[in-house]
Amino acid sequence: MSSQVTAAAPMWEGGRSPYAVNSKKFGMWLFIISDALTFSALLFAYTYSRVATPNWPTPFHFSPSIVFSSVMTFCLLTSSLTMVMAVHAMNHGNRKAAGGWILATMAGGGAFVALHLTEWLNLIRNEHVTPFSNPWGVPLFGGTFFALTGLHMTHVIIGVIYLGIVCQAVLRGKFRAEDVEVSGLYWHFVDLVWMFIFPLVYLMSASRS
Amino acid sequence: MIAHTEEVEHIAGATALTFAKVWIALLALTGVEVFLAYEQVPVLIMLTALIGLSVVKAALIVAYFMHLKFERLSLFLTLFPMLIFCVLLMLIFLGDAARIPAMRPPL
Repeated sequence: MSSQVTAAAPMWEGGRSPYAVNSKKFGMWLFIISDALTFSALLFAYTYSRVATPNWPTPFHFSPSIVFSSVMTFCLLTSSLTMVMAVHAMNHGNRKAAGGWILATMAGGGAFVALHLTEWLNLIRNEHVTPFSNPWGVPLFGGTFFALTGLHMTHVIIGVIYLGIVCQAVLRGKFRAEDVEVSGLYWHFVDLVWMFIFPLVYLMSASRS
Repeated sequence: MIAHTEEVEHIAGATALTFAKVWIALLALTGVEVFLAYEQVPVLIMLTALIGLSVVKAALIVAYFMHLKFERLSLFLTLFPMLIFCVLLMLIFLGDAARIPAMRPPL
């Protein structure tokens, strides 16, 4: 059996691709899985502290915190849709449209960061939460909250820069469809992580008063 | 999961309509989560419901937006079982978190 396969495609002469994806894409997938483990650990740490502390603070009022974070969710989900459209356009050889869709994606990411920083400032100024202390005497809250959302925001900012580089290259006729797809994988992953941070951090600690 | 390359090419042209439907589904699930946050339910039940909904959303994003549904099964099997296994190993300790408040001596 193996001799037939070997005759058709020699084992040691390259060209075999058991996953049928290019190496850039596979590399990005490996990075995403390892990054997913990092975020899983941080989310777990937050959730553990949340469940183990009966007097866990609930500083997220419906307005502005929950409204802001819901709009941020909308921004990221919509930017994921525009990113998919960019890959779609690139696959059909339409560079101009792909560049436009990537710019729309970057706008979504930029809006997310702006809203998130506003929400951080609201928390710091109005609720007096810092990474090390807060009025409710549960310093773990600030530590886990800022570490988790800060790391995620860093990912979004890096993603916007990454997409900017991809966008200008696409518009100048460089880079191929697979490069856009790989940057899209990263962007969707950032979106995916927020799908866990939003309910676990914001909704679990929403103020009901 | 599709193992045949011929079909990968067929689905590589997944329509914009499919993506728009997935986007609407994701927004709807987010709406359900926000609604749940204001229902009076015990913390662990709320946590389970929210994580359940988030896993569904993550699956939609990975399958359609990240295109994994249309890749070879071998790629999925290489990447995801170990991630899920590691996360489950961490979750073993969540039971401790729920017990800790009851174990503290009264002040």
